[in-house]
Amino acid sequence: MTTVLTEPAVGVDRARAARGRRPRPPRDWRGWQFAGPFAVVFVLVFIAPLAYALWLSLFQTRMIGGTVFVGFDNYATALGDAQFWDGFSRVFVFLLVQVPIMLLLALVAALAIDSARLYASGLFRLVIFLPYAVPAVVAVLMWGFIYGDNFGLAADLNDLFGTDVIRPFAPEWILGSIGNIVTWEFVGYNMLIFYSALKTVPYELYEAAEIDGASGFQVLKAVKLPAVRGAVVIATIFSIIGSFQLFNEPNVIAPLAANVITSDYTPNMYAYNLSFAGQQYNYAATIAIIMGLITAVIAYAVQLRGTRREDR
Amino acid sequence: MSTSQPQRLARRTLFLASGTGLLGAALTACGDDAGPAENGEPADLDAALEEGGELTYWTWTPSGQAQVDAFMAAHPNVTVELVNAGTGTDQYTALQNAVAAGSGAPDVAQIEYYALQQFALSEALVDLTQYGFADFEADYTASTWSAVNLNGGVYGLPQDSGPLVMAYNQAVFDEFGIAVPATWEEYITAAEALHTADADRYLTNDAGDAGYAQPLIWQADGRPYEVDGENVTIDLQDEGTRRWADAWNRMLEPGLLAPIPTWSDDWWQALSNGTIASLITGAWIPGILQGSVPDGAGHWRIAPVPSYDGSPATSENGGSAQSVLQQSKNPALAAAFLRWLNHSEDSVGVFLDSGGFPATTADLESEEFLGAAPEYFGGQQINQVLVEAAGNVEPGFQYLPFQVYANSIFPDTVGTAYVDRSDLNTGLQAWQEQLVTYGNSQGFKVN
Amino acid sequence: MRTINPKVHRRPHSITHPRKSIALTLIMILFLAYALVPLLWLVINANKTQTELFTVSGLAPGGSFALFDNIVATFTYRDGIFGRWLGNTLLYVVAGAGGATFLATLAGYGLAKYAMPGRRAYFAVVLGAIAVPGTALAVPTFLLFSRLGLTDTPWAIIIPSLISPFGLYLIWVYTLESVPKELLEAARIDGASEMRIFFTIAIRLLAPGIVTVALFAIVATWNNYFLPLIMLRDPDWYPLTVGLNQWSAQASGVGAEPIYHLVLAGSVITIVPIIAVFILLQRFWQSGLSTGSVKG
Repeated sequence: MTTVLTEPAVGVDRARAARGRRPRPPRDWRGWQFAGPFAVVFVLVFIAPLAYALWLSLFQTRMIGGTVFVGFDNYATALGDAQFWDGFSRVFVFLLVQVPIMLLLALVAALAIDSARLYASGLFRLVIFLPYAVPAVVAVLMWGFIYGDNFGLAADLNDLFGTDVIRPFAPEWILGSIGNIVTWEFVGYNMLIFYSALKTVPYELYEAAEIDGASGFQVLKAVKLPAVRGAVVIATIFSIIGSFQLFNEPNVIAPLAANVITSDYTPNMYAYNLSFAGQQYNYAATIAIIMGLITAVIAYAVQLRGTRREDR
Repeated sequence: MSTSQPQRLARRTLFLASGTGLLGAALTACGDDAGPAENGEPADLDAALEEGGELTYWTWTPSGQAQVDAFMAAHPNVTVELVNAGTGTDQYTALQNAVAAGSGAPDVAQIEYYALQQFALSEALVDLTQYGFADFEADYTASTWSAVNLNGGVYGLPQDSGPLVMAYNQAVFDEFGIAVPATWEEYITAAEALHTADADRYLTNDAGDAGYAQPLIWQADGRPYEVDGENVTIDLQDEGTRRWADAWNRMLEPGLLAPIPTWSDDWWQALSNGTIASLITGAWIPGILQGSVPDGAGHWRIAPVPSYDGSPATSENGGSAQSVLQQSKNPALAAAFLRWLNHSEDSVGVFLDSGGFPATTADLESEEFLGAAPEYFGGQQINQVLVEAAGNVEPGFQYLPFQVYANSIFPDTVGTAYVDRSDLNTGLQAWQEQLVTYGNSQGFKVN
Repeated sequence: MRTINPKVHRRPHSITHPRKSIALTLIMILFLAYALVPLLWLVINANKTQTELFTVSGLAPGGSFALFDNIVATFTYRDGIFGRWLGNTLLYVVAGAGGATFLATLAGYGLAKYAMPGRRAYFAVVLGAIAVPGTALAVPTFLLFSRLGLTDTPWAIIIPSLISPFGLYLIWVYTLESVPKELLEAARIDGASEMRIFFTIAIRLLAPGIVTVALFAIVATWNNYFLPLIMLRDPDWYPLTVGLNQWSAQASGVGAEPIYHLVLAGSVITIVPIIAVFILLQRFWQSGLSTGSVKG
C-alpha cells in the first residue's frame, strides 16, 4: 500500500489557522506508547492475514495434485478474467451512481438539521440515523419482503396502479434495489458525520456573517460548505471502499432474487465463492489483493483531489 | 516500524500459518498421515460404547436433539454435544474450513448426498467398512445405499431419502377441472390450461435451482456426470438431460412456471393461498406441508411423479447421510453413535415421529407406516405412494466430486436462461464449459 | 465556558436565529418516511402469527396482537438460545467496542500529538489495509486464528473488533481541535508523565469525541455479521445477527421449518437496545460532535 496521507483532511487547517502557526510536536519515540497497542492488534488482524494472502496468491492448490508455486500466474489470470472485470464494472457503476446520491442526501439532511429552520430537528436527526442501527442482515430481510413482487409491498403498489412495472427483483432493477438498501442504511451515518463537521463552525463566525449582512445562501457557500469539505472527502473515501467491497446486501438478497444475482455479481462475492465453494483460496486471495490495490489508488486520488481544493 | 515487536510477531504467526496444511493440500490424497481411523473392527464399537466418551455431532435435522437425548439415555457413558452449524452449504463452509485448518471438525456430521462425494474424495471422512458397515446394505433402499457407497468404501449411513413425487392441491385441481397428470405431456398441458384459466395461478414454480434441476435430469434418464477416481466425464447435453431441458423449455419459455424461488417467503405464501397448485418434490414434503402450510389442510394429495413414457421412474431429491470425520479423536465411538443413529429402531422411530421420511427398508415397509392416512391429505394413504416411489428410483446417477462449487455457479449459467426465459440447453452448455474448466484446474482429468 | 451573548442583542429572525420553515420541515418528513417505512413494516409484521405472515400481506395488520407471544416464543425457542445470543452480543459489544474505543483513542491521540518516526507510514498503512476486501481475507484470517486456537471462541470476534480505523481518524481530528498544546506543555513542566497527562487531562477534553467513537464502535460490533459467521461454529457463541440468519435459513431444505415470526420478533428485539443506546448517548454527542463548543 503506497497511499501517503499526510494528515487527516478535516480540521487541520482550521486548527493551524486558529493558533497562527504550525504546531511542532517533539520528534521522539514517545508517541509509540500510545500508538503501539493499536498497531499490535492491527498487525494481527489486518497485516498478518494480508501478508498471508500475498503469500497464498503466489501458489496454486488443486484437489488432485497438491500445491505448486506459480509466481504471478494468478495475477495474469485475474487480469484477463472476464467474470472478475464484469463484477468490477458493476460495482464501479454502483459507486458512480449510489455514492453521490447518498452523500448528497446526507449533506442536504445535515444542512437542514443544522439550519435551525426545522421544527423538531432532534427527532429528524434521531430517526434518519436509525436505519444505521439496523443490522444489514435484518435490513435486507425487511426490504426483501417489501420488494416481493408476488405478495410484497411492490405487488400491492402494482395492484393499486393496475400495472406490473414495479419489479425490484428484475435484472434491470436489482442493482438499483440494492443501491436503495445501501442508501437507506448509510445515509444517516453520513448525515451524522457531516452534521458533526458543521457543528465545528464557531458561533462567532455566524455572528460575524450576520453583522456583515450576509444572506443565508452566502453563509452556506462561504462558511458551511467549506466546513464540511474535509468530512465529505473522508466520507467519500469510506464510501468508495464500501462500494468496492459490496457483499452483504447482494449476498443476503440473492436467494430472493433467484438467479438474478450471480455468484460473481461483485468482485467480493466472486472471491468469497471461489474460496468457500470452490476452495480456490489462492485465486481468491489474488482477487482480494487486486481489488485492494485498485481501491487504495482511487481512494488516494480522491484524497489528493480533496486536499488540493483545500489548499486553493 | 523497523525491528518492532509487531513485525516479529507477524513473521512468526505467518510461519505457523503457512504450515496449516492448506498449502499442503488437505484435499489431496495424503492417505499416509490420515487420522487414527485406519484399522478398526466391528467389535470396537461395542467396546467404545462401554467405555464411553464425548462426541460432537453437527446436524440441522429437526429431530436431532431428541435423537441425541434418547441415545444418551440408552448410553449414559457417552456425552453427545449437538451443534447446529448451519443448514446445508453454510455447514459445508464451516466443515470445509475445519478440514483445511486441520482442527475443529466434529466427530459426526450430517452431509447431503450430493456433497458426500466431495468430502469423501478430500479424505475428510472415515471409511466405515472397517467396522463392518458394509453388511448393512440390505437394510437401506438401493438408491440411498449407493449414495453412501462411494469409491469402494462406505462413507456414511443414510438418514433419510427423497424419492421424487408429485404433491398437488386437489381443491385447485377440482376448481379448474384438471386431472392428475401421469406423464409430462399431460403435465405441460395442465400447466397451460391452469395459467390460461387464471393468470395468477401456476401449476408449479421453478425459478432455477441446481438442487432441483439435477433430480429432474436424473428422472429424465440423464446421466451427465461420470466419476472414476480422477477421471471425470461431464456431458450436460446427453440424451436424458436434453429430454428434460426440452420438456421444461415448453413450460419455461411461455411463462408457465411461477418464477417464485422455492423456500422463499413468497413461496410459502403461494402454497398457502393456492397460487402454486402442485410441487414436483421429495418424499419428505408431507411433514413440511403439515407443519408449515396449515391452510392447505385437506387439500393436498400425493401422486407419483409424471413420467416420460408412462412407466414409473423416479430419482432422489435431497436427503442426507451422517458421516464420521477423519479428525475424530474417537472414531470407534463416533461410528457406534452413527450405527445407533441411523440403524436402530429407537432412533429412526424418533425421526419418523418428527415427520421425516427414512431410508431404512424395515421402517418403510412396516404396516403402521404404510397404513397411515393423515387427515391433512384427505385420508389418503400417502406413504403407499411414497414408498412405491422409493422402489422406483433409477440407478446409476453420480454427482461430481466438486458438486458444491458446481451448484454455486448454476445461477451464472443455467440461471440466466431461467431469468430470460430462454433455451435451457444454452445455459446447460455454458455450465458444462465452466465445470470442465474448473475440474481441470483442480487436477481432475475432465472429458 | 464562553459567556453567551445576552438575548437582547439578537434580532428575531437572522442567520443565527432563522425563522422555522414549514416547507423544509415537510421535505424532511419525506426523508423521515423513507427511514421509517421499513421499520414500520417490521413492527407490524412482528405482530403477526406465523400463519398470518403467509396469508396477510405487507403493511396490512394481521388481526391478532401476537407481538408479546412472539417475543416470549423467541426467548423460549430451543431452550432459550436467543437469550444466550443476546448475552454474547452484549459481551462482544462491551469487550470489542470498549476496547476499540480505548485503542483508537490512545492511538489517535498519540499520532496527533507526537511526531514519532513512522507516523505517516502508520496512517497510510491503516488506510491502505482497510481497502482490501475483508471477506476475501476471511480464509487467511480464519487459518491464522485457527492456528492460534482462537476460532470458535469469543476471542475470534473480540480481537478483530478492537480495530476501528475510522475511530482512530476521528480521535486524531478531535485531538488537533480540542487539546491545546499549551496545556500539555504546562503539565510537563509540572513533571507529569506522558501517560498521566493523557489520562488526567487529555481524556477529559476528548470525552465527547470518545463517546462518538464508542457509538460507532457499538453499532459496528452489534451489527457484526460476516466475521462471526466464519469464525464460529457453535451456536452457543453466536451473536444475534448470525443467530437470526440461521433461523431465517431454517425455512429451506429437507426438514424445513419456517419460523419467520420469531425472526421478525427477534429483529425487533435486536434493534431496540441499540436505539436506546443512541438516545442515551445523544446528549453527549449533541455537544460531542461539535468540537467547537468543547474548545470553549
